[in-house]
Amino acid sequence: MSDMMDDMDGGEGVVKKFMFVNRKAPHGTVYALEGLEVVLISAAFDQDVSMVFTDDGVYELIKGMNTKGIEVKDFSKTYRALEGYDIEKLYVEKESMDARGLTEDDLIVDVTVLDSGEMASLMAEQDVVISF
Amino acid sequence: MLHIVNKSATERNSLESCLRMATKGSAVLLIEDAVYAATQGSAAAAKVQAAMADVQIYALGPDLDARGMAARVLDGVKVVDYGGFVDLVTEHNSCQSWL
Amino acid sequence: MKIGIMVSEGPYNHQASDTAYLFARTAIEKGHSVPRVFFYHDGVNNSTRLTEPPQDDRNVVNRWSKLAEDHGVDLVVCVAAGLRRGIKDDILAPGFRISGLGQLVEAGIQCDRLVTFGD
Repeated sequence: MSDMMDDMDGGEGVVKKFMFVNRKAPHGTVYALEGLEVVLISAAFDQDVSMVFTDDGVYELIKGMNTKGIEVKDFSKTYRALEGYDIEKLYVEKESMDARGLTEDDLIVDVTVLDSGEMASLMAEQDVVISF
Repeated sequence: MLHIVNKSATERNSLESCLRMATKGSAVLLIEDAVYAATQGSAAAAKVQAAMADVQIYALGPDLDARGMAARVLDGVKVVDYGGFVDLVTEHNSCQSWL
Repeated sequence: MKIGIMVSEGPYNHQASDTAYLFARTAIEKGHSVPRVFFYHDGVNNSTRLTEPPQDDRNVVNRWSKLAEDHGVDLVVCVAAGLRRGIKDDILAPGFRISGLGQLVEAGIQCDRLVTFGD
């Protein structure tokens, strides 16, 4: 049914740099959860995928969440499954962690910590940047 | 790279985060409620003026007009229409919306 | 140039869908193509034909339908986000179709640019 894209053939074999930017805290809004769903799907397309966590997005990765009391799904464990999907480039902005009193030890997955300048350079070299 | 910001700088931190991560020479387009940041006397005016040393700031004219802010645009900010918005997207290799 | 679009908010509550529409229409007028608009998060609410705004207001849903009809824009509503919000095939406005998130990633791969409109 994707005939509108038929004139765009040549997509197969193309590997683009995709960056998914997470700037919002979990639970208060749905963006973190639905954003993660896109990232999981993107794994099937064999693209060069990076996930970035800045601002309140770093709260998505906090260890020890317990969502029973608010009766919503605890999807934080899904971040640990990303490796199984070959999504291994997880970046967290240092300034955002510092501003929230957090360190890597507080996070549920292994990440690469970049300062703002390094994050800016990484973002500038992407082909597609999708923000949630 | 083109950065797009759509929220008022006195409501959200998206402009601040954008300016922190916009590399020298990139473009920042203010649309919707973000256009207030590009106006004289706004809380974000000084920050926007300082940023113009490294990045070009654009503001979407129809959003300025709709908010009665067209006459207050800061010097150095380039006002574009939707056609200019499209040109900015096509002229830059990628774009990031700071939602 | 081929420009893909993602709309992440519903109509009326946020300006996102209006800005996305005006951007898409202008891009087409300037000779570019907009092969696909992907509706995600509350953006799926742009697709229901049950929408009935007051007479003196713009009809956000019909505008998208007309753009699809006139210019062959593929309006794709995310199935998972849609089902969460009660959006199903039998209430879709003309030009919209329901499909998976892969359609968003595919637009990112196949279009020259992907622009997100949200809140």
